[in-house]
Amino acid sequence: MSVPANLKYTKEHEWVLIEGDQATIGITDFAQGELGDIVFVEIETVGQEIARDEVFGTVEAVKTVSDLFMPLSGNVLEKNAGLDNAPEAVNSDPYGDGWMIKIKMSNPAEVEQLLSADAYKELTGH
Amino acid sequence: MKNTALYETHLKLGAKMVPFAGYNMPVSYSGIKAEHQAVRQALGMFDVSHMGEFLVKGPHALDLIQYVTSNDAAKLSPGKVQYSCLPNGQGGIVDDLLVYCLSDEKYLLVVNASNIEKDWNWISKHNEWDVELEDMSENLSLLAVQGPKATEVLQKLTEVKLADIPYYHFVAGTFAGVEDVIISATGYTGAGGFELYLPNSSATKVWNLIMEAGADYGILPAGLGCRDTLRLEMGFCLYGNDINDTTSPLEAGLGWITKFTKEFIDSDYLQQQKTAGLQKKLVAFEMIDRGIPRQHYSIKNAAGELLGEVTSGSESPSTGKLIGMGYVTSAYASVGSELFIDIRDKLIKAVVVKLPFYQAP
Repeated sequence: MSVPANLKYTKEHEWVLIEGDQATIGITDFAQGELGDIVFVEIETVGQEIARDEVFGTVEAVKTVSDLFMPLSGNVLEKNAGLDNAPEAVNSDPYGDGWMIKIKMSNPAEVEQLLSADAYKELTGH
Repeated sequence: MKNTALYETHLKLGAKMVPFAGYNMPVSYSGIKAEHQAVRQALGMFDVSHMGEFLVKGPHALDLIQYVTSNDAAKLSPGKVQYSCLPNGQGGIVDDLLVYCLSDEKYLLVVNASNIEKDWNWISKHNEWDVELEDMSENLSLLAVQGPKATEVLQKLTEVKLADIPYYHFVAGTFAGVEDVIISATGYTGAGGFELYLPNSSATKVWNLIMEAGADYGILPAGLGCRDTLRLEMGFCLYGNDINDTTSPLEAGLGWITKFTKEFIDSDYLQQQKTAGLQKKLVAFEMIDRGIPRQHYSIKNAAGELLGEVTSGSESPSTGKLIGMGYVTSAYASVGSELFIDIRDKLIKAVVVKLPFYQAP
């Protein structure tokens, strides 16, 4: 299982890449493995201001549907439109082509509450 | 939680295990889509040993079966299998099952794992003929070897002429050195193939021999996840989803296994229901707009009025279409009817289609 050291993580199995006041968000390698083949990513919150822990979208695997939660409060700037036609990128490249949204953080202090790669590995038992 | 005889084998193969009907069962190994495609295009093997098996023996065995099941078991002869259901005395369904005719006075009933105890109690309660019943569920393993390469691969392991066994027939013979294996040309995938009933003690050996025999043909171990997508593409009912204690076999489209040529539990009631006309029907639908229908989502009409509920839904791995089944009021049940599925508070358009969703080329 891959857990890149340059990313931050949440207990909800999301990863966050911090770049200035912006953050890119996706789900972890562990999460995609647990969900199985992903067939649909629905994100209809672009342009919205969403608080931490609120739902910004849903991800559907063959057998399950799961909500996607904001790891940080912020404005959703952009979604990964490539997932409309290739949702399987979340399985094959969760930290790259499988990214889900970019946000502008409204409270950068929240970053401190995210998990480090080591803490996330511990959480998932790896 | 119980394990099948193949539990260790599944772990070694890296299966993702889930609790299902009281058993630890493999939901997938390499991925639902890959396993699904292997079954449709080549070969997949399922451990479905959690299924229940009851032996029914004695001069009145057929009388009991005729009374508790809806299909006409008198049509069976040794070597034949029949799909049937157990009506529940209140217009609903206790379970769906397979009836194997082993001889004129000996039958094998194969039932869903989740219903083993319920079915046993129900059949025993109606056993006014003192027919001998034996629960074989804990002793028998069941391998479903499904896909277009099944006959060719399995033929390497038996002298029984597999190509000569018609659909819904079986032969009890020696398979991979194991005597008295029931080799049954059945399966719930629509991909063709066989189901093998054998003693637990031989399960691992036979599983491994089949994996070896199928290696050059692209065989994959297949889990319950793709078993569900495969059966849904065919429109086969899954107990607990599409049929249950409150759904009538007629509403579920199982009129073809509901035979009024004999008396059985609920035969009068169901005959009346048929005559009066059905209030609701199980339909198959495809999504027109993007959205995956899931069990318990509401089905509505264009005006937003509730018509019923989704009972099964998924992306079809074979076609990429988004498909489902559900009950709707009969006025909306004809092919071409427009339906709307309530997906996270949005009405997403769908259309009623004919089954199956997928046909092998």
